[in-house]
Amino acid sequence: MNISEKILALASGREEVAPGEIVDARVNVAMVNEITGPLAIEAFRKIGVKRVWDKDGIVMVLDHQVPADSVESAILHKIMREFAKEQGTRLYDVGQGGVCHQVMMEKGHVRPGELIVGADSHTCTYGALGAFATGIGSTEMAAVFATGKIWLRVPSTILVHVTGRLQRFVTPKDVILMIVGEIGADGAIYKALEFAGPTVEGMSVSGRMTLCNMAVEMGAKTGIINPDEASIAYVESRTSKPINPLRSDPDAEYEERLEFEVSSLEPQVACPHAVDNVKPVSEVEGTPVDQAFIGSCTNGRTEDLAVAAAILKGRRVKEGVRLLVTPASQEVYLEALKLGLLEVFVKAGAYVCNPTCGACFGGHMGLLAPGETCISSSNRNFVGRMGSPEASIYLASPATVAASAVTGEITDPRRLMAEA
Amino acid sequence: MIVKGEAVVFGDDVNTDVIIPGRYLTTLDPEELARHAMEGLDPEFPSKARRGVIVVAGRNFGCGSSREQAPLALKYAGVRCILAESFARIFYRNAVNIGLPVLECPGVSGMVSPGDRLTVNLAEGKVRNDTKGLTFQALKLPEFLLNIIKDGGLIEHLKRRLGRRGHV
Ligand code: SF4
Repeated sequence: MNISEKILALASGREEVAPGEIVDARVNVAMVNEITGPLAIEAFRKIGVKRVWDKDGIVMVLDHQVPADSVESAILHKIMREFAKEQGTRLYDVGQGGVCHQVMMEKGHVRPGELIVGADSHTCTYGALGAFATGIGSTEMAAVFATGKIWLRVPSTILVHVTGRLQRFVTPKDVILMIVGEIGADGAIYKALEFAGPTVEGMSVSGRMTLCNMAVEMGAKTGIINPDEASIAYVESRTSKPINPLRSDPDAEYEERLEFEVSSLEPQVACPHAVDNVKPVSEVEGTPVDQAFIGSCTNGRTEDLAVAAAILKGRRVKEGVRLLVTPASQEVYLEALKLGLLEVFVKAGAYVCNPTCGACFGGHMGLLAPGETCISSSNRNFVGRMGSPEASIYLASPATVAASAVTGEITDPRRLMAEA
Repeated sequence: MIVKGEAVVFGDDVNTDVIIPGRYLTTLDPEELARHAMEGLDPEFPSKARRGVIVVAGRNFGCGSSREQAPLALKYAGVRCILAESFARIFYRNAVNIGLPVLECPGVSGMVSPGDRLTVNLAEGKVRNDTKGLTFQALKLPEFLLNIIKDGGLIEHLKRRLGRRGHV
């Protein structure tokens, strides 16, 4: 069996499972944020069960609209706090956490071999540590709160094997954008994507998160990577709970195997208004931008901020362009502070703000006006995602975003740095 | 279960940001969500849907976020059923869980024009285009999903189960 099948077999108390089978699985951890949590809480109350199945199995995070930007969001936050208090569940309040997926990883709530559901589509990010993690909706989450169980169809798996050494300023984001372009927005619906190969093994946990994060952009149920020394060291430094890393058998079966060689890969850009509308940066260089955004669960980590700072150091954001930088969590914020990255951003003329989903989701800050263009390190460029339906969003790596903020037009970071 | 309505037709990859944008998600009122349903694609949609419609769409309907507000907005806007070539999986589960019928229906986009009158037999997975006089077969819903829809959604379904067994 492959890793996804093994985890689902374990979670449903079976020796073996096969793609297509429907299993009734026990959930290890369930996550909600303030956009999906209040609806889940409301639905949970309707079921009529008094206590959640396991208070330690539930993690709640305020991240989408923090600090509260309106009375409505303040009410959502309050509903979350009251529920956490009543049930004894863990809540990461304003100032304690950051973007939910980053917090889940950093705070040791993600462990290999476990089944995790989150009421957020990018829950698939946790596959970076070898957990089987998938997004669900609020009503379903209420049922998980009550029962600790969920039905799942065992997905077939596409193995994505990546080889080759990435060039300088070409990043895991460029790899995953290229893969999304190849597989397409619906190319992996109902399936699992297992990322493997030397390039993936050579990536930090942060880079692996960027890969798995965008699995859902191909319709996948999850993205997952076999745990190795690097990911196990990450987990062990963050939890004292025992772990059970499961790995794909050497003779595991896959529906399909895709091979990619990335040593000559150019930086990639997903063009408006679809995540799979991916082009090499050379085809869109020169497109003027009004706003640039570095942050989100895709690319708001220290590694991402560091590559952006390397480009922005001693340079300035182009007059007429605004650059927003949002560390993905309090931990990242502090690290970036200690490393002097925040100073680089501020000196370059960037707007640095608190950990939040913020501009990624067009909820409460950094919104776009009609006719404006944004280049963003996040994961979705749908119509209206970041504000006006008449705005355009390009997705790229933090390096490409930083380089574009300097020149005011979409720019290959390799070229900018070669000219220096 | 039989569902009838006029068809409203959309293309491929209709995502949750166009179904209901992030900036409206602070409300818990489904009627308010419904007023913005499909705003990114067709601002007239809520007035069209009010009399009860069946949405017909291409591939990957509902892709994007896990926001349950997306199927809720459609349901409260007046959508009685969604027929698509394929669905994004989280949207599909969410729709079933809130009691909005969804049927995977390969080939459907070629057989329906906007405004056609449709009759859907959910239990049999049969769709009839009454305007064009065509009948075609969708993928049948597994029985346990059909039961959730029949009960009006997962919460009602669980309540019944709990009622019978007294515990979860
Ligand atoms: S950063 Fe963006 S994609 Fe990630 S959880 Fe927040 S809103 Fe969703």
